Amino acid sequence: MPDKAKNLTIMEVIVCISKSPDTTARIAFTDQNTKYDEQGVQFIMNPFDEFYALVRGVELQEKEGAQLTFLNVGPASNDIIIRKALAIGGNKAVRIDTEPKSAWDVAKQIASYLKDKTFDLVLFGKETIDYNGSEVGAMVAGILDLPFVSNASKLEFENGNFILNRDIEGGIEKIRVAAPCIISAAKGMAEQRIPNMRGIMMAKTKPLEVVPAVETEDLVELVSYSLPVEKSGVKLVDPENMDELVRLLSEEAKVI
Amino acid sequence: MNILVFADHINGQFKKTAFESVSYASRVAKSNNGICTAVVLGKMNDPAKLSGFGANKILEVPYDGKFSSNVYSSVLMELANRENAELVVVSHDLNGKSIAGLLAAKWGAGSVTGVVSMPEFHNDGMDVVKGVFSAKAYARYRIKSAKKVISVMPNAFPPEEVGGDANIESVNISIPADRIEVLSVERAEGKVPLPEADIVVSGGRGLKGPENWHLLEDLATTIGGVLACSRPVADVDWRPHNEHVGQTGIVIRPKLYIAVGISGAIQHLAGVNNSKVIVVINKDPEAPFYKAADYGVVGDLFEVVPRLNEALKKYLK
Repeated sequence: MPDKAKNLTIMEVIVCISKSPDTTARIAFTDQNTKYDEQGVQFIMNPFDEFYALVRGVELQEKEGAQLTFLNVGPASNDIIIRKALAIGGNKAVRIDTEPKSAWDVAKQIASYLKDKTFDLVLFGKETIDYNGSEVGAMVAGILDLPFVSNASKLEFENGNFILNRDIEGGIEKIRVAAPCIISAAKGMAEQRIPNMRGIMMAKTKPLEVVPAVETEDLVELVSYSLPVEKSGVKLVDPENMDELVRLLSEEAKVI
Repeated sequence: MNILVFADHINGQFKKTAFESVSYASRVAKSNNGICTAVVLGKMNDPAKLSGFGANKILEVPYDGKFSSNVYSSVLMELANRENAELVVVSHDLNGKSIAGLLAAKWGAGSVTGVVSMPEFHNDGMDVVKGVFSAKAYARYRIKSAKKVISVMPNAFPPEEVGGDANIESVNISIPADRIEVLSVERAEGKVPLPEADIVVSGGRGLKGPENWHLLEDLATTIGGVLACSRPVADVDWRPHNEHVGQTGIVIRPKLYIAVGISGAIQHLAGVNNSKVIVVINKDPEAPFYKAADYGVVGDLFEVVPRLNEALKKYLK
C-alpha cells in the first residue's frame, strides 16, 4: 500500500462498541439456566470499548482529523448506547441488526460489513465484561487477514503507521503496525469522557445506519450457565492473634 | 484425538502457563488415545522439559522474530493440519488470548477462551466450562465443529510432572510475512507476573497513601507474594495500573489472596473471587469483602499487617 498517497487521504477509524450489563448488575439465569435474566438489569456500553477504544477514536478524530464510525451488532434496543457513543464523538454509527448469538457470530457480522469498506484502523475494547472472550477483534482480523494487536495501552499515528504499546505479562512491547489493522484497547489508552449537553444534542442529528445481518453458522453452543458455589462464611480471627491466622492458613487452608 | 499445544516462553525460558497448557493437553490426549504435540517457536534453553509434563512430541519451529499473533496463529494452523490435530490448546495469558480468536477464524474452528474445566465429550461435540460475567458465573459451552481451539485459564490447572522422553523435531515451515514489527520490549526482570502468582498481597485506599506500601511489600517479601491493588489506588497513581486487579483490571486466581484496606466493591471481587483462599483485613466490619472472604481480621491494618508479617516470619523460620 503506498504510504505517501495514504497521508493525503483522511484516516478512517472504526470503533466497535458492544452492550453489556452494568458492572454492578445482579447475575441470574432463567429457562433452566440457559438464558441470562435481563429483568431489571441496566445495560451500558462495555467499559473497555467506551473508556479506551471509543475515546482514543475520538482523540484521533480531533487530533488527526479522522473520520470516525461506531459499529455495533445488536437489536434496536442498543440504539441508546450508540447515541451515547455519538454524544461523546464520532461522525456516524452503523448498527448490524441482529441479536448476537456468539463471539463468532459477532465477528462474522463485523467482518462481512467491513470487507468492502476502506479503513485504516478498527478498534475494539480488549474484552467484554459479560462473556470475557477477548475473541471478536482477533476473529475479525483472522477472517479479513489483517494484522492484529491485542491489549494495546497506547496508540499513536506516525507516517502512515500506528505505534502501539502492547501489554505483556510484567511489561510492555512497543510495536509498529501498518494500516489497515485491528487493535484491541486496554486500560491506559485513553481516559473516560462524560458526554456534555452539546454532544448529546448533536448526537441526535448524526446518522445511524441500520444494516441487515448475514447468516452465520454456529460452531459453539451454550449448554447452560451456573453460579459459583457461595463461600460458607468468613471465619473471623482476633486482630491481636495473627499466629492463629498463620496456623489456619497453614493447617486448615493449606495455602502456606 | 490428537492435540496440538502451544508452549510459550520468555527469552528461552518456558512460562509457567506453558507447563500448565502442556499438562492439560496431555491429559486430554491420554484419555482420548491421542498424541499430544507441543509447539515451540524460537530458541529454547531446554525444550525437552515439556516431555516431563506429558508431551508425546515436541516441534521446534526455527524463528528469530518477536511475538506476533498473526505469525504464531498461522504456524499453529499449519502444524495442526500436518499433525491431524482436532484440538489446539493455548494458555489464556496475554499472548494466548491474542492467538486464540485469530487461529479459530483462520482455521475454521469453534473456540472457547478462558476455560476452567477439563473437556467432556459428547456425540455432538466437546463441552468446556469458562467464567462469564467477570467471574460472577460460569457457562458450559459445546464446541460442535470438528476443529476446536481453546485457551486455558492461567492458574486453573497446576502442571503435573509425569515424566517422559518425547522426541524433539525441528520443523521446516515457511514463516509468513508479517505487517507487525516489535520495536522494543520492556519487562521487569525476575518478577512473577500477577496472573501466574500463587500468593497475592493487595492494597486499597485503606492504606491512606503510597508511602505506606512498604507494609505490603514487607508482607509480600516474607510470604513470597506478588503485589496488587484496587482500582481507586491505581486511578490516583499510588500504584501502577499494571497492578490493578478487578473487573476492568487483571483477573487473577491465586491460591491465596490477602486484601488489605479494600472494601470489596463488586467490580473488585469480579477480578479476585476465583482465588482459592481470601483473607480480608479491614477496620470496617461491614465491608462487603467479608462476604466473599474465607478469613477476616477486623482491625487497624497499620497494626495488623506488621503483626501478621512477624507471625509469618516466625512460622516460616
